[in-house]
Amino acid sequence: MARYLVRRIFYLALTLFLIASITFFLMKLMPGTPLNNQAKLTPQQIKVIYEHYGLNKPVWQQYVSYIVDAAHGNFGLSFQFSDQPVSYLISSRIGPSLQLGGQAMIVGVVVGIIVGSLSAIRKNTWVDGTSTFISILGISIPSFVLAILLQYYLGLKLQLFPIADWGGFSYTVLPTLALAASPFAETSRFVRTEMVDVLGSDYIELARAKGLSRIGIVWHHALRNSLIPLVTVIGPLTAAIMTGSMVVENIFSVPGIGEQFVKSILVNDYPTIMGVTMLYSALLCAMLLLTDLVYGIIDPRIRIAGKEG
Amino acid sequence: MEEKMKLAPDAFEPVSKKDELDDEKIVAPSRTFIQDAWRRLRQNKASYVCLWILVVIGLIAFTSPITASHPNTSNPNYANLPPKIPGVNINGFNGTSVVAGKRVDAYKQNHVPSKVHYTLGTDYLGRSLAQRILRGTLVSLLIGLFATLIDLIVGVGYGVISAWKGGITDIILQRIIEVISSVPNIVIMVLLMLILKGGMLPIILAIAFNGWTTMARLTRAQTLQLKSQEYVLAARTLGESTFKIAVKHLLPNLSSVIIIQTMFTIPSAIFFEAFLSYIGIGIQAPTASLGTLISDGQKNFQFLPYQMWYPAIMLSIIMIAFNILADGLRDAFDPRTARR
Amino acid sequence: MENAEENILEVKDLTIDFHTYAGTVKAIRDVSFHLKKGETLAIVGESGSGKTVTTKTVMGLLANNAEVVEGTVKFRGKDILKMTQKQLEDIRGKDIAEIFQDPMTSLDPTMRIGKQIAEPLRIHKGYSREKANKQALEMLKLVGITNAEERINDYPHQFSGGMRQRIVIAIALVCYPEILIADEPTTALDVTIQAQILDLMKELQEKISTSIIFITHDLGVVAGMADRVAVMYAGKIVEYGTVDEIFYNPQHPYTWGLLNSMPTLDTAKGKLESIPGTPPDLLDPPAGDPFAARNPYAMKIDEQKEPPFFKVSDTHYAATWLLHPDAPHVEPPVEIKRRQEVYKKRLQEGTINQGHIHSTGNTSFGTDDDDAIGE
Repeated sequence: MARYLVRRIFYLALTLFLIASITFFLMKLMPGTPLNNQAKLTPQQIKVIYEHYGLNKPVWQQYVSYIVDAAHGNFGLSFQFSDQPVSYLISSRIGPSLQLGGQAMIVGVVVGIIVGSLSAIRKNTWVDGTSTFISILGISIPSFVLAILLQYYLGLKLQLFPIADWGGFSYTVLPTLALAASPFAETSRFVRTEMVDVLGSDYIELARAKGLSRIGIVWHHALRNSLIPLVTVIGPLTAAIMTGSMVVENIFSVPGIGEQFVKSILVNDYPTIMGVTMLYSALLCAMLLLTDLVYGIIDPRIRIAGKEG
Repeated sequence: MEEKMKLAPDAFEPVSKKDELDDEKIVAPSRTFIQDAWRRLRQNKASYVCLWILVVIGLIAFTSPITASHPNTSNPNYANLPPKIPGVNINGFNGTSVVAGKRVDAYKQNHVPSKVHYTLGTDYLGRSLAQRILRGTLVSLLIGLFATLIDLIVGVGYGVISAWKGGITDIILQRIIEVISSVPNIVIMVLLMLILKGGMLPIILAIAFNGWTTMARLTRAQTLQLKSQEYVLAARTLGESTFKIAVKHLLPNLSSVIIIQTMFTIPSAIFFEAFLSYIGIGIQAPTASLGTLISDGQKNFQFLPYQMWYPAIMLSIIMIAFNILADGLRDAFDPRTARR
Repeated sequence: MENAEENILEVKDLTIDFHTYAGTVKAIRDVSFHLKKGETLAIVGESGSGKTVTTKTVMGLLANNAEVVEGTVKFRGKDILKMTQKQLEDIRGKDIAEIFQDPMTSLDPTMRIGKQIAEPLRIHKGYSREKANKQALEMLKLVGITNAEERINDYPHQFSGGMRQRIVIAIALVCYPEILIADEPTTALDVTIQAQILDLMKELQEKISTSIIFITHDLGVVAGMADRVAVMYAGKIVEYGTVDEIFYNPQHPYTWGLLNSMPTLDTAKGKLESIPGTPPDLLDPPAGDPFAARNPYAMKIDEQKEPPFFKVSDTHYAATWLLHPDAPHVEPPVEIKRRQEVYKKRLQEGTINQGHIHSTGNTSFGTDDDDAIGE
C-alpha cells in the first residue's frame, strides 16, 4: 500500500511538471503582452518593465526559474496588479472558492444520492419520471443561465438572499445552489443507473428470497453496492465545479479564484493564468488520487487485492 | 382423469411430417440489432419527440442563411424594442415594455413605422433578435457537430490503435490520456483559446482537443473486449488484414458505443461553446452564437428580460433534447439498462 | 416416516401470463403439482419451459409484468397468491428458501459472508448479532467450509464457485425451512463439484428434514436426487410420476426424447440423440399438444386438441393422446424399450418404487444404473 502510494505521488508530481512545462511554453506562444494594454511607453520604460518581470532573460532561463519557483508555490508577479505575487493573489482568494465548491459538492452529491436512489427504487413511476426530468434539466441548463435566474428571481424579486458580494453564510446560498446543479444532476443519474443495475442482480433476488423487506434490501444491500462506484465520479465533479465557479463567482461577485481567472484571461495576465492553471490541475490530480485511495478502502474486492499484491 | 369424449374417427391417424425439422430455426420472430434498437427508441416517447424537436431545430437553423439573412444589420433607432407579433395582444408579444413602473408601447415611443415589427424584439444595437437567435443556433450547432466529428475520428482511431497494438504503444497512449485528463478541461480550452484567439475554428479545435479522450477510452475498452472474441480471433487466424478486420468486425460492434457517446458529446460541445463565448473568449462580436447572445442579454436582464430568455431557452431546449435523446439511445442499444 | 402423506405445498391449475412489448407470453398453463413433507420433487424441462416461473410463484417473487390468470398455491393450506407483502416476507427465507443457479452472482459482493448467513436469523427470529453469528458459524461448518471460524469474515470473492454455492445453501437452510427450492443449483458448476453439492443437499435434507423442489434441465442429476419427477414442456406439465416410473416407464414422447438424448455408457452410439426442432413460441402457443410439431409420433388429434392427463398408475400420469384407448400402438425408441424391459422385470421382482418415498442415500434402482451422476 505504501509503495503504491509513493508510486502514485511520483506520477502526480510528474504530471504536474509536464503540465507546468506545457503551460509555460504555451504562454510563450501567446500573442500580445501585458504591455499592449498600457499607454505608450518609452523603450527605456519597457526595458525596465521587462527586467522587472524577468522577461529579458533567454527563454530556457525563464523556464528553469519558472519551474523551480513553481515547485515552491511561487508563480511570479501578477501583470494586472503590479507587484502582487500570484501566490498571494491565489491564497487570498482561495477561501471563498473552497467554501463554495465544498458546499456545492456536498449539497449536490447528497441530494443527488437521495433523488437517484428514490428514482431507481420507484422505477417507471411518476417519482422516477419527475426526478429524471429534473436531472436532465440540471445537466442541460448552463450554470451561468441558472445563476442569473437564481440571482434575479430569488435574490432581486423575492429578496430571499443577497444578490451579490461576499459576507456571511446567506451570501453563499445562491452561488452554492447554482454550482450544485451540475454535481446533483450527475450524481442522481449515476446513482439511478447503478442502483437499477444492482436491484436487478442475483444477490438482491437472494436477499428478497431471504425475506428482507424492500426497505431492508435497499438499506442493507442496494445502497452500499451502488454508492461505492460513485467515488469514481468525484474527479469529474470537481472539474465541473471548477468550470461552474468561473461564471458563478463572476455573476455573484464572489472574490474567488474563478472570478480572478476570468479577469486575468481578459487582460492577458499570464502569470496569474499559469498559477491558477497549476492550482486547478493540482487540485484535480489530488482528487483523482483520493478517489483511487478511497475506492481501495471501501471496496472489499480491491482492498483484498491490494493487500495481497 | 381419463375422460370419455367424442373424437373424430380419423383422430388417431399419424400426421406425415412434411419436412425435416430444422434444429436451428427459432420459432419466435427475429429482428436485427438495429431494428430492435430503433423499435425500442420509438417506444421511448420522450426520446422520440426529442429526436423530432432536434430535426426541426436543425432544419430551421440550417435554412437560416436564407430565412434570416441580416443578423448583423444594426439600426440604432430601433434599439431594444420588445417582441411584437401583429394581432397578438399579450404582454410580452405586443411591443410594450414596463418603464419606471408604467407599461408603454416601445414601438410608438421610438417612432417605429407600424408595419415594422420584430417577433422576438431587438437588441441594444437594434438588430433583430429572432434573426440573431436563428443564426446563433446555426453557429452553435455547427461548432457542436464539427467538434464532435473531430472527437469521433481522433477518439475512435486512438482507442482502436491503443487497444489493437497493445503493449508499450498502449501504455504510452494511455499515459498521454491520463495527463490530459488530469487538467480540468475548461483550463485547457481557455489556454487554447488564448493562443488561437476567438473564432469558430479555434473553438472547434479547443473543444475537440480534450473531448476525444473519453471517446478514446470507451473505444479502447470495447475494442479490448472484442479483440478476444472468438470471431475476431478466427478472422485473425485466417489471415485477414487488420484493416479488414477493423472495418468488418470492429466498427459494427463499436457502433453502439460510438453513437451513444457522440450523442452525449454534442450537447457538451455546445455547452462549452456557450461557456467560452459567455466569458468573452469564444465567438467574437458581431457574430452571433447562443453564448454571446446570452452574455449580451444578461446585461439588460432586469429591464429587458426577453433578450436573455429567448437565447437561453433555445440553448436549454437543444441541450435537453440531446441529453434525453442520448439517454434513449443508450437504453435502446443496451437492453440491459432499458426499462425491464 | 410418519405424516408422509401430508401435502406441504399444493399448486392447482396455475396459469401465468407475462405482459411484454411483443405481446402476452403464456408462460405457464394449468400447472398442478403437490409436494409432500420430506420428499424431493424434481421439475425437469428445457429452458423456457416454465420451471423457474413456477418456483418464483411459490416464492411470491414474480416480476411486475407477470399476471396470475388463475390457480392457487397453497402452503400449509394458505394461498400464497393471496398473501400480503408482509406475510410473504415472513415466509420467505424462513419457511420456504431458495438456492439460485449462479453462485458467482448470488452473494452480495460487499458484505461479509457471515453476516449474509446470519441475516435470515436476524430478521425472522430476532436473534441478537452474537447469537445469529454463532449459528451462522455452525451452518458454515455444516455445509463443509473448512476453517469456518476464520473464513466467516471473508468476502464472497475470496471463495471458489463450489464454496460459494455451499454458502448460498447455508443461507437458505439457516432457518431450517420446510421447503427448499433449488433452481438449477449445479448448472454453473464443474461436474466434480456438482456431485459434491448434490451429496451435500441430500445429507442436509436428512439432517433438517426439509422438502425440496429441484429444478433442472438435466435428467441425469434427477436420478440420484428426486423421489418424484414432473416433466414440463412449453409451460405445461406433460408427465409426472415417481422417479422409477419416469425413468423406466415413460409414456410421453417428450420424456422419451429427453431420456433418449441422455448419453449412456452401454449404448455406445456414434452421435448424441436430440429432439428435433425448437420449443413453440409462447406468445402464440399452438392449438392442441404443444409438442406435436416436434413429435415423430404425432397424430391428427394432437394438432387439434390438447391431451388430458391419462392415468398410468396411482402416482403416474401423462398428457399424451398415445395413452387413449383408441390410439394405435407405437414403437418407442430402442433406448426407451430397453428401459421398459427393465421396468417390467423389476415390477415382477417388486423392486419398483410406486408412490412411497424412498429414503435418501439408498436409491432403489439397480447397480447397472449409470444415469445417476450424484451417486
